[in-house]
Amino acid sequence: MAQIFAYILHSDGVLDDSARELLAAAKKIDAGAEVTAIVTGKGIDDACSKAAESYKSVWKIDNDALSYPNAEVVRKALLSLLPADGILLLPHDTFGMDLGPGLSVKLDSAFAADVVDIEGVEGNTLKTIRQEFTGQVNTHVHCDISAGAVINIRPGVFQAAEGQAGEVVDKSGELGDLSAKRKFIEVQEAEAGEVDITKSDVLVSIGRGIEDEDNLEMAFELAEAMGADVSCSRPIVDAKWLEKARQVGTSGKTVKPKVYMAMGISGSFQHMGGVKGNPFIVAVNKNPKAPIFQVADVGVEADILEFIPEITEKIKEL
Amino acid sequence: MEHALISPAAYTIFGIPTVIFSVLIPIVAVALFAYIIAKRLAPLVKARPDERFDRPGKRVFDVLKIWLAQWRHPRYMTAGVIHIVIFFGFLILSIRSTEMVIKGISEGFVFPGLNTWLGDVYYALKDYAATAVFIAVVVAFVRRVWFKPARYAYPESYGEDHTWEALLVLGFIAILMVTESLYEGAAVAAQLQAGLTPDFLAPLTLGWLFKLMLADSARATMQSLHIWSYYIHDIIFFTFLCFLPLGKHFHVITSIFNVYFMRLDKGNIRPVRYGVDEQALDDLESFGVKRFEDFTWKDILDFYTCADCGRCSDNCPANTVGRPLSPRFISLKGRDYAFEHYPIFGDFIKTDDNIMGKIYSEDEIWSCTTCGACEQECPIGIEYINKIVDMRRGMIEEGNVPQSLQKPLQSLEKRGNPYGKMEKKRAEWSKELSEEFEIKVLEKKGTTADTLYFVDSVTSYDERMQSVAQATARILQSAGIDFGMLGKNEKDSGNEVRRFGEEMLYQELKNNNIEAIVNSGAKRIVTADPHAYNVIKNDYNSPDLPPVEHISQFLQNNISNGKIQLNSLDEEGRQKVFTYHDPCYLGRHNDIYDAPRAVIDAIAGANRIEMTRSRDRSFCCGGGGLMLFYEPEEDERMGVRRVKMAREAGATVIVTACPFCLTNIEDGIKVAGLEGQMEVIDLCELVAQQMRH
Amino acid sequence: MEILVCVKRVPDTAENEIEINSEGNDIERDDLVYSVNEWDNYAVEEAIQMVDKHGGSVTVVTVGDEESEEVLRREMAMGAENGLLLTDDAFEGSDGRGIAALLKAAVEKGNYDLIMTGAQADEGYAQVGGMLAAMLDYPYASLVNMIEVGDGKLKVGREIEGGNMEVNEIDLPCVLSIQTGINEPRYVGIRGIRKVASVEIPTLGASDLGLDAGSVGEDAARVKRIDYFVPEMGEGAEMLEGSTDEIIDKLIELLKSKGGIK
Repeated sequence: MAQIFAYILHSDGVLDDSARELLAAAKKIDAGAEVTAIVTGKGIDDACSKAAESYKSVWKIDNDALSYPNAEVVRKALLSLLPADGILLLPHDTFGMDLGPGLSVKLDSAFAADVVDIEGVEGNTLKTIRQEFTGQVNTHVHCDISAGAVINIRPGVFQAAEGQAGEVVDKSGELGDLSAKRKFIEVQEAEAGEVDITKSDVLVSIGRGIEDEDNLEMAFELAEAMGADVSCSRPIVDAKWLEKARQVGTSGKTVKPKVYMAMGISGSFQHMGGVKGNPFIVAVNKNPKAPIFQVADVGVEADILEFIPEITEKIKEL
Repeated sequence: MEHALISPAAYTIFGIPTVIFSVLIPIVAVALFAYIIAKRLAPLVKARPDERFDRPGKRVFDVLKIWLAQWRHPRYMTAGVIHIVIFFGFLILSIRSTEMVIKGISEGFVFPGLNTWLGDVYYALKDYAATAVFIAVVVAFVRRVWFKPARYAYPESYGEDHTWEALLVLGFIAILMVTESLYEGAAVAAQLQAGLTPDFLAPLTLGWLFKLMLADSARATMQSLHIWSYYIHDIIFFTFLCFLPLGKHFHVITSIFNVYFMRLDKGNIRPVRYGVDEQALDDLESFGVKRFEDFTWKDILDFYTCADCGRCSDNCPANTVGRPLSPRFISLKGRDYAFEHYPIFGDFIKTDDNIMGKIYSEDEIWSCTTCGACEQECPIGIEYINKIVDMRRGMIEEGNVPQSLQKPLQSLEKRGNPYGKMEKKRAEWSKELSEEFEIKVLEKKGTTADTLYFVDSVTSYDERMQSVAQATARILQSAGIDFGMLGKNEKDSGNEVRRFGEEMLYQELKNNNIEAIVNSGAKRIVTADPHAYNVIKNDYNSPDLPPVEHISQFLQNNISNGKIQLNSLDEEGRQKVFTYHDPCYLGRHNDIYDAPRAVIDAIAGANRIEMTRSRDRSFCCGGGGLMLFYEPEEDERMGVRRVKMAREAGATVIVTACPFCLTNIEDGIKVAGLEGQMEVIDLCELVAQQMRH
Repeated sequence: MEILVCVKRVPDTAENEIEINSEGNDIERDDLVYSVNEWDNYAVEEAIQMVDKHGGSVTVVTVGDEESEEVLRREMAMGAENGLLLTDDAFEGSDGRGIAALLKAAVEKGNYDLIMTGAQADEGYAQVGGMLAAMLDYPYASLVNMIEVGDGKLKVGREIEGGNMEVNEIDLPCVLSIQTGINEPRYVGIRGIRKVASVEIPTLGASDLGLDAGSVGEDAARVKRIDYFVPEMGEGAEMLEGSTDEIIDKLIELLKSKGGIK
């Protein structure tokens, strides 16, 4: 069995949730694998020792050029270190999407993205499960890993695994040229909105089901009645009906409420990726097959345009 | 008759005969006026063609009714009466004014016929006319300055209002009336003083008043007043004439033409280009209005003719709820553009600039629901819908379409309905009825029925509106009609698609539907959707199609011939107060006002009242079709406003006869928080409820 | 600037439930309609706007059968000057990498300063742009939601977690994958499509691209979709049943107990 690597995202010495999810995914590929974590950056000792709590081996790749995870620089660093037939796991987030496909070409290895489950390995075939059409159907995807593979794992679907502690190996000295044609300049923080939804305990979150900008009013009324804040899914922001600061999801805010009311939200993983902390999720959607009902605690099959005014009224009466 | 004063034709001042002025002033003024008019005609010549020369009889009738008889003016009583007085005063005084101009040259001139008894009548009449006009002008002045009716106000974004212009013109008219009367009053006073037989002056008129006032004045004073008032009148008269084409008073000249050329047919949209038939549309370089000169000459005549009276905007639902559209500014901004780019002095400014985003804004043009209230109200036949549709055609071609409309338009192209739902599900609403009866689906050749029920997209797919389809089918079944529907062969009727400017998509939908209807072999079309009714009747305009009827007409006929019998309302129903909301595409665009009312009144025990804004002044619910997918910024929804109007009238049930009105008003009730207090029901649903089986 | 935008024809699934055919090897496609992948449409709009401002031309390319020409025409009606259809039986069954190899060959036949793709398409891999860049040895940025043109380089914003924007400077030529929301794509009507109906769209097959048939297509694919299946319903949500009133009452009780109503 080829060696399995997991690329660890971290910031300020804290590991991303994906760190131990990748470990879980690796165990599904090979239950007995000794997985190597790869930590890149500048001044990353804390992150490395954190990673070493669950990974048998941690590669520390410390370099000025890696102080921000620029995918092109990271790719160069990995290329000089990874073995030809290794299997590298990445989180399928905005960094993994940036790095994975190109890296697989440079490694001349197979690439599978947004993997939601792994059924195991048979010979040179890695059996994965993916989704298509925004989660409406699943597919079995087989991946020829004879020349290695880069596998992007959907964040949040694998149950974080515990692993045995291990050691940090400093690989910083083995890097080649890290010059890049893409240079990181800065991160511009999203404009702060009227509310900070990341601090809200209760969110009334609105999706496509609201249909029209004017209907947003009813969401705000419900939120007011509940003492909640209004958040939304991406299409609402794309339509410029609400400001970016209210968007929940991987491309929006990560929220940790106690109660999350998903109103007319289909529940794509990009959206649910922004809902953390295991809240009580209520889903109202007129499509009984909406994926949101898979992750919600309580579901109501209804048109939110009718449901919201009614529940608002009842709550007001309390 | 002998005169005591020297007439302007014979007078000399400092040895100069004033007749010189009498000759020169008209010559210079008429030449200037002709020059100005020629310049004003330039943009009309450059504009696109329009077809407005057909059916002269009908056009003359419109001129007699709308222009001469001032038919629409009393809809605003105060302003209307003032205008009628000034209008008829002008008509009467036009003869006198012309006579005066000639009298300045030839003292004894009288129009043939006016030296008979006719003259006696006329001169008395014109004395009263001048006095009435003077009084009307004073009232108008007071109204403008002190009462300031809200509809004349200019929102900040549109710049300065036209009050100064209105007041200046009122001043001109007042001076004309005073000088004409003074000119004559002085002459008569002098005659009396000289012991001559005085010319007749009608009692209690301005001239009569001046005669009394001047009775004891010196002869020289009378003489100079006589001459000065004549020349002031002469100068103001011609100044006024040349001033008319410079502003909103151009309507004094253009309105008769504008009314003659006004639209004769209701409900339709003009072709992309007159003289280019549908098959040749692909060869056209450009669609719709992008440059100013893409308007037709009638459009520009409309711009010239706008009197800024504000009646269109006062009735415009978009303007009422605070959308960025006010129809009068469509005209005024167009006129200002024409004046600026086709100046009276200096070169024309040639530009290929797209007017969209410059004089008109996108939101402004998308704000219109094409309800037709503006055109219904305009006292001088100015049109808006065709211009707005043509500007939308231009925007569609440029790809300049609000994001929220793109999806439904694309779905219409691919699936024939704005939701993008599957064609095979078009008739799914009928499944619920399958236990009661089977509806024929006229998809295959060979299956036919007498009557085709044209359902249209929203009634087919929208869950709430499907109940209108079911009610309609029950009605047709119960009346013993052999009917069917087109099933997946039916596509959206395209009424809104055409009005949103997507002409080629409309053409495709139309051609598909015509073919499907013809293949169905039906001898009559019935629909419960006024939008479908309108487009099939007024836009499809195909000789191959059987006649189309709206369900309200069908109901009226079948109730009166006894095929449909209605139960009387129960006790609860008798407590309700019904009001009928006229859908724009049934009422204003097709003049069907009475049939639906008759149907409601046929239900025993139904207590029906009228809203203030009803019939041709009905207030749009917010619009149908694609308007469901696009709402510009507004302060309040039209549907909410409409619900409040019904409530003010004391109604508890709003009956309508259009699926869009039903949804918009239903939403309106919810948003207004009047659930439980107000309800809305479609005419078909009401009848189906009360029908005796 | 010469810009190549890679587009894909995808089924329009927003309003329609996806069903799997009886063999389980494909979705039921009979009743589906197709359109251009939404992300790609944003990419084409962005390219057109850049060309409007800075000159040059936009070419749209797709890999597919003859029906894919329809999406090329739609994008050309938007304002792309040229279309390019890569079609060959040998291309069928290509994985992302195979598609990228085809596009690479097409890129090398032209002279492009910038290549754009949509960030992802119906299958959700988000892979072709990055692979193409690597094959061409061009720099790459994914999920781009802002582009400013500089001298020989671009300033691009990437949409990253938290709704923040990661700003990069990237040398030309490069490959960018475009995120939705970067602009407001223009509308294309039937008339626009008809206007470009007669414009010749060159088609290139394996030999035109100088590709060995074995290097693309199903045989070369290392990643293969075996079947489609409906995910087994997990526990999922407890669906509240009953009249609306009953549902609301139950829900309010639950919300109260979970601290959802203050």
